[in-house]
Amino acid sequence: MSQSNTLRNLATWKSVCSESDLVNNSGVVVWYDGAQVALFYLPDAPDQTLYAIDNHDPESGANVIGRGLVGSIKGDLVVAAPIYKQHYRLADGQCLETPQQRLRVWPVRLNAGVVELGVS
Amino acid sequence: MNSTLASLKQLKTLIVVGNGMVGHHCVAQLIERGALEHYRLHVFSEEPMRAYDRVHLSEYFTGRDAESLALSHASLYQTPGVTLHLGAPVLEIDRARREVITATGSVAYDKLVLATGSYPFVPPIDGAQGDSRLVYRTLEDLDAIRGAAANARRGVVVGGGLLGLEAANALKSLGLEAHVVEFAPRLMPVQLDDFGGLALKAQIERLGVGVHLSRATQSISAGEQYRYRMNFANDEFLETDLIVFSAGIRAQDALARQAGLEIGPRGGVVINDECLSSDPDIYAIGECASWNGSLFGLVAPGYQMARGVAALLCGQTAEPFVGADMSTKLKLLGVDVGSIGDAHAHTPGARSYQFIDEASASYRRLVVDASGKQVIGAVLVGDNSYYDTLLQYMQNGIALPSEPAGLILPSSAGAPSLGPGALPESATVCSCHNVTKGSICAAIDSGCADLGLLKAQTKACTGCGGCAGLLKQVFEHELVARGVSVDKSLCEHFAYTRQELYALVRVEGVITFEELLAKHGRGHTGCDVCKPAVGSILASCWNQPIMDASLVPLQDTNDTFMANMQKNGTYSVVPRIPGGEITAEKLIAIGVVAQKYQLYTKITGGQRIDLFGAQLHELPDIWAELIDAGFETGHAYGKSTRTVKSCVGSTWCRYGVQDSVKMALLIEDRYKGLRSPHKLKFAVSGCTRECAEAQSKDVGVIATEKGWNLYIAGNGGMRPRHAELFATDLDDATLIRYIDRFLMFYIRTADKLQRTSVWRESLEGGLDFLKDVILDDSLGLGAELEAQMQLVVDRYECEWANALKDPEKLKRFRTFVNDKRPDPDIHFVHERGQRRPIMAAELNLIPVIEELA
Repeated sequence: MSQSNTLRNLATWKSVCSESDLVNNSGVVVWYDGAQVALFYLPDAPDQTLYAIDNHDPESGANVIGRGLVGSIKGDLVVAAPIYKQHYRLADGQCLETPQQRLRVWPVRLNAGVVELGVS
Repeated sequence: MNSTLASLKQLKTLIVVGNGMVGHHCVAQLIERGALEHYRLHVFSEEPMRAYDRVHLSEYFTGRDAESLALSHASLYQTPGVTLHLGAPVLEIDRARREVITATGSVAYDKLVLATGSYPFVPPIDGAQGDSRLVYRTLEDLDAIRGAAANARRGVVVGGGLLGLEAANALKSLGLEAHVVEFAPRLMPVQLDDFGGLALKAQIERLGVGVHLSRATQSISAGEQYRYRMNFANDEFLETDLIVFSAGIRAQDALARQAGLEIGPRGGVVINDECLSSDPDIYAIGECASWNGSLFGLVAPGYQMARGVAALLCGQTAEPFVGADMSTKLKLLGVDVGSIGDAHAHTPGARSYQFIDEASASYRRLVVDASGKQVIGAVLVGDNSYYDTLLQYMQNGIALPSEPAGLILPSSAGAPSLGPGALPESATVCSCHNVTKGSICAAIDSGCADLGLLKAQTKACTGCGGCAGLLKQVFEHELVARGVSVDKSLCEHFAYTRQELYALVRVEGVITFEELLAKHGRGHTGCDVCKPAVGSILASCWNQPIMDASLVPLQDTNDTFMANMQKNGTYSVVPRIPGGEITAEKLIAIGVVAQKYQLYTKITGGQRIDLFGAQLHELPDIWAELIDAGFETGHAYGKSTRTVKSCVGSTWCRYGVQDSVKMALLIEDRYKGLRSPHKLKFAVSGCTRECAEAQSKDVGVIATEKGWNLYIAGNGGMRPRHAELFATDLDDATLIRYIDRFLMFYIRTADKLQRTSVWRESLEGGLDFLKDVILDDSLGLGAELEAQMQLVVDRYECEWANALKDPEKLKRFRTFVNDKRPDPDIHFVHERGQRRPIMAAELNLIPVIEELA
């Protein structure tokens, strides 16, 4: 279940939680080194099933992205920010409504029941 | 708008004198058209308050405050380059030096716009002073009237014209016995003919307003029964505690006279077709201007002048002002009055059709030209639903039908309407902002497919709002005409409406989103539109716990965590307090929880208590304690039954005729947990005094001597709607049966996120159709609807109690799944003894971790 081919040149994988902490088709949040990272798990998605994206919502200023609803818009998997409802692409954090808005994303993988973030 | 970057020396100075509706419109137009590239703009206003809506002035006495009457947000006048001088009357214009002089000094101008409006004319009458010489024009005038009304029983308005009747309405809403004294032999002599005046008089008298025609007040002396006595000819008199004069307006042209500008024969600054006065640097617009010897006392022509002048000052071309249509449509004291074009049939050869209904005091007159082919005027009293069509016939010269009288005759299908397709491109839809059908079509062609957006883009329907119905018709007609088949698909995943999906779920017994998506949708994920909509349908049909694994991902954020997310990401918690009745023990229990978790508490409008500021991980603990104390979830987070508000009813109240609290408890217990297309609010009042405000609820119940009256489809909020009386004198069982049917029929047929009020208005056949379905069971659905409701009722379970029993469901209630700390970015400050979220501005005062985004 490795995730993507951009991960090769990463220095390290850090474990953040266990697979059983994830909620199917929904989000949870982990604390990693001062950052809040939202993890979305879509076990039935065709390609990538696990996504890690910044929990901070720049529009509301609150840390709520992990509590947004996931969906697909024109083929892209997105999360809808729960306060003002902007859509952010899970793959790269791009906001669909505001081109200059983009959330940080992390490489992420499931490794023997453990969720790991890729950090450089 | 980067005018501040240009050298200030290059900017000329433009002064607008007057900040009424027309002066304000001119300023807004100037800013919008880029005038600040060329001018520094100074606006002088005699009044202390920025421009407000004089058309709806009487609402000042029925709850609207000065700020809500304001025409714009205060920020408009904080635009760089704009200076608004309030309470600063211009005392003099020095045309030679090109300066205006105020009490505090002088300001030089390059261009000047006079928008000084008008003042009320008060005839010279002996003894008129103080409270016997009030006028009705400004907010200050209204404050004076309010002051005079404090100890008064009766009030008189002198003048039975449009403004006079508005003033009478204002007196009535202050609780006074209102009278109107008119010099002419009929009311609204300018707009109405004799029969129209008679019908209006009859309707107004039915409302308890005294009407005295053909009376000239000769003097005012001290009264015997009331403070003042108004003496008429023939020793007739009328006593009253206060007198408001509304006997016409005069152009406020004192400044112009002093400055030596040319003045019209009936007053007013003489202007040409460009609204230019006799001085090439001074314009005049609105009620202070005299064009071709005429003054224009309506807002639409004033706006037209304002737009023209703003365009000219910005170096743009402007349509010349060539007079204005003075047609008008009003609701005076709740009575519809309309006047179109040549209402008096003064045009040579004009012929009239008239319809008189003495029973309801309605009157309609249609005036056609000598050839009998065109509408040239009309008078309407009692029913303005005929107005839009008649106005369009006149303005666009549309040929009359073969039976012109049909245009004003009552018909079982309601007022005849000219299909929006029949209107030419040039037809004006919104006269306040001069929006034509053509410009609406252009907006639609450039991609506008949303009515709200259309209003924002074209400004249509943002003035007096009178064109709302017509605008919607034109909009929908044009969409259909463009083959936009008004796509009612829920979203890209379902090519069905909510109603169609509801039927599929119900008929096929679908119980999961995945199943519905696989059978009838596209893709395998859904989105934030279809997931909550389908989640709501599944809940309405089968009422399974929303925290079940297959249902969790469907819920909108508030339903997912069964609490209401607030702006800082914390939640508010609302336990159910059925009927607003609560024991001391339970009140204390809520207090203990609030204190323990430091929650901000506020009493809600629905007679409950809202507890704010809980973090995600605190919700299960808070609910465990609330459930221990006997509470259930209040569903404040759901599109579902919220509250049943009640008054205390016959158990305590000396007026109560039924036990309203008991009925409220019965209703709340029955429908709690019911999910629906939108939230549902209920209320029960124990007598006709209606203290529970049931007529503003989706379902309202009001006690009668014999049982209960049922009201439906009311709501408060952004667009309030009074509930409609649906059935009367019901016993308990019948009441519940009808509510069962009504709610389930709504759930079955409403669009997503559609309140009962909007749904009810969209029903073809209207209230009568709904009565047929619910009361007479015309579709044979009654038993089915009741059974469906019973299933939902039987399956009720408090979702919080359900979730607390299941560790798997509680997994999600963790701020961080790998760390016990709370969200370190949530900060509170104390205010009035409670916590509240810190504001962004206050946040700068404390160190924050550098943000990544």
